[in-house]
Amino acid sequence: MSDAVLEIRGLNVDYGLGADAVHAVRDVNLTLHRGEVLGLAGESGSGKSTLAYGMTRLLPPPGVVASGEVLYHRDGGDPVDVLRMDHAQLRAFRWAETAIVFQGAMNSLNPVHRVSTQLTDVIKAHDPRSTTASRLARARELLALVGIAPDRLDSYPHQLSGGMRQRVMIGMALALEPRVVIMDEPTTALDVVVQRQILRQLVDLRERLGFSVVFITHDLSLLVEFSDRIAIMYGGRIVEEAAAADLYRDPLHPYSDGLLHSFPALRGPRRELTGIPGAPPDLRSMPSGCSFHPRCPRAMERCGVEVPVLGVPGDRRGSDRTVACWLHPVQDNRF
Amino acid sequence: MTHSTAAAASGTTEVVLEASGLTKHFPIRKRGRELLSRGTRGVHAVDDVDLVLRRGRVTALVGESGSGKSTVARLLAQLHPQTSGTLRLGGEEVVVKRGRAFRAYSKRVQMIFQDPFASLNPVHTVRYHLTRALKIHGRAGKTAQDLEQALTDLLTRVQLSPPERYLDKFPHELSGGQRQRVAIARALGADPEVLLADEPVSMLDVSIRLGVLNLLRDLKDRLLLAILYITHDIASARYFADETFVMYAGRVVEGGDSETVTQHPAHPYTQLLIDSAPDPDRPAAEDKDGGSGEPPSLIDPPRGCRFNPRCPFAMDICRTEVPPPFPLDDGPGHFAACWLYGEGAAG
Ligand SMILES: Nc1ncnc2c1ncn2[C@@H]1O[C@H](COP(=O)(O)OP(=O)(O)OP(=O)(O)O)[C@@H](O)[C@H]1O
Ligand SMILES: Nc1ncnc2c1ncn2[C@@H]1O[C@H](COP(=O)(O)OP(=O)(O)O)[C@@H](O)[C@H]1O
Ligand code: SF4
Ligand code: SF4
Ligand SMILES: [Mg+2]
Ligand SMILES: [Mg+2]
Repeated sequence: MSDAVLEIRGLNVDYGLGADAVHAVRDVNLTLHRGEVLGLAGESGSGKSTLAYGMTRLLPPPGVVASGEVLYHRDGGDPVDVLRMDHAQLRAFRWAETAIVFQGAMNSLNPVHRVSTQLTDVIKAHDPRSTTASRLARARELLALVGIAPDRLDSYPHQLSGGMRQRVMIGMALALEPRVVIMDEPTTALDVVVQRQILRQLVDLRERLGFSVVFITHDLSLLVEFSDRIAIMYGGRIVEEAAAADLYRDPLHPYSDGLLHSFPALRGPRRELTGIPGAPPDLRSMPSGCSFHPRCPRAMERCGVEVPVLGVPGDRRGSDRTVACWLHPVQDNRF
Repeated sequence: MTHSTAAAASGTTEVVLEASGLTKHFPIRKRGRELLSRGTRGVHAVDDVDLVLRRGRVTALVGESGSGKSTVARLLAQLHPQTSGTLRLGGEEVVVKRGRAFRAYSKRVQMIFQDPFASLNPVHTVRYHLTRALKIHGRAGKTAQDLEQALTDLLTRVQLSPPERYLDKFPHELSGGQRQRVAIARALGADPEVLLADEPVSMLDVSIRLGVLNLLRDLKDRLLLAILYITHDIASARYFADETFVMYAGRVVEGGDSETVTQHPAHPYTQLLIDSAPDPDRPAAEDKDGGSGEPPSLIDPPRGCRFNPRCPFAMDICRTEVPPPFPLDDGPGHFAACWLYGEGAAG
């Protein structure tokens, strides 16, 4: 496996302080490798966005990182903890090293400025000495990269369709050639046709430019097609992580299995599907033990009492997958 | 279920609601120089749509956002007057109505919406919402006991049991799936013949969508409802609907039984839609490049076939003449509005 770019260790994120705190992200360990697309899936409220904001220090109040570290491995240098960077370091880290495309980002373009102005402003902010001409040329290049004709440079956001605005946002994220791109439901608001066009372009660019992608969505079937590895979140925790193909073929956690059986298939025999009984948990009154146990078809007595830890399961020793479920107890914790 | 077996035995196909030539153009304000021109500019949201809803059947309407699906539903519910075209309910033509007559229509044709959060009033309990629906449609009975029984029946029917647990809850105390079930119960309070469901599960969590779809299917079987299921997810249409119609830029471009439409799509747009749907089983080699086009403006839609600017097979005729629906013989009721299937098509 390729080298790590970002290593999240023991990350806990709360909303609020003290007794009123809601634990939105719990004990998350996750590694993003160079050049990979890591998919993050889970139901709404499972903590996906909170994790993305937490690891980049963009948490809006009352969000606070309660503990943990996010190690960023620079080329040649020692790893630095993003959570302990000072302001200057953080500014360089954002955009230049990591770029984020937020949920609903296409609506965050400034309506009163032309696309060209918004793109060149980003470039100028990080390289004040660049010339106007070079910035424009770069903006043109970026639009071409995401499949938009250069004659759209002079458009205002409202003159573009949702899909085009989303492409502009992706182009903007790539403006400074970041090494990590985090996308939070970048295509959820788009049509399947446009969604596929954009994802294909992104995977293509990843290969050409060599950045890593964290791709967040609730659409697991989409992730299986487009990511290298997938992490599944439930109730603020990662409950399973595996190569996309392994997760699809052989899901170990009953929740992953349930999610995979919640999508009707377009091909093959038509089979009866049930989804998952019950509803996602309320963070304010999290079930004891495994938080999935009230909905789990295979729950045992111990599930309601003890929290299963994430690790390489004894029955898949030597594999590079992890799961947190008492059906597959962890025997080797060294992974 | 005696109903369901009766339906199965008789192969119920009785037409309940029928739309022909349904058209809706929304007027838009003219700007600048257009003020001098005559005639109204408009958004061609729905053009010349024919649709049939049958007793005990689910009909899906599939298309991208902005293709006009919700507008069709609102026209069928008579929430908008149509620009032209006719509606027939139980064989009788429906004329634009207000007040009492509209209420009589909406008793028979009920709608449920995408957003279960917005469609229930946050300051009222489940009991209030359902009681109101029962009273409006004259189904609350004579005594308090009748009403209580009717409320219990409704909640049981949408699998919210025990009913006592839900009756006095406020919307915010319910999960998204439970709220959508309450919205469905409210629609059933009218004892309708037709249920128009506009993206009923797309705001719900993935894991609970199927539960709601399965519930709707069960209700269809037991109450012999005619259901219009609007979705942008063509795989769920295959799963849930007997028949599927595909819309593109305000027009129906293909229709037929769901299995035929999804397994043997004939219209180039349906093919693109199916090729674009997420499908983990798709061999990587089959991931065709869908091109970079997008749906056209509905203010000034392309002449002829509206898909022609994006269509890899477009011919001269496609740029001038609107293709009518051509019947295909590979499945029940299958048709495609595409010149590739025209008589003596040059191919
Ligand atoms: N400002 C806030 N104050 C309190 N709780 C919050 C706040 N923002 C988010 N939460 C809670 O944190 C949990 C995780 O939210 P988050 O937005 O990360 O979920 P998500 O997985 O991204 O969901 P979605 O798919 O809906 O975006 C939810 O229970 C949410 O209600
Ligand atoms: N009240 C309205 N006034 C003007 N245009 C409208 C109105 N309602 C819908 N439209 C337009 O009609 C088209 C179809 O919309 P809609 O039926 O909501 O699509 P869908 O449900 O498929 O997303 C869109 O172009 C939309 O902008
Ligand atoms: S730990 Fe128990 S309850 Fe949790 S997923 Fe595994 S079997 Fe189910
Ligand atoms: S009518 Fe012509 S342009 Fe339209 S889908 Fe058929 S071949 Fe393509
Ligand atoms: Mg989110
Ligand atoms: Mg709609």
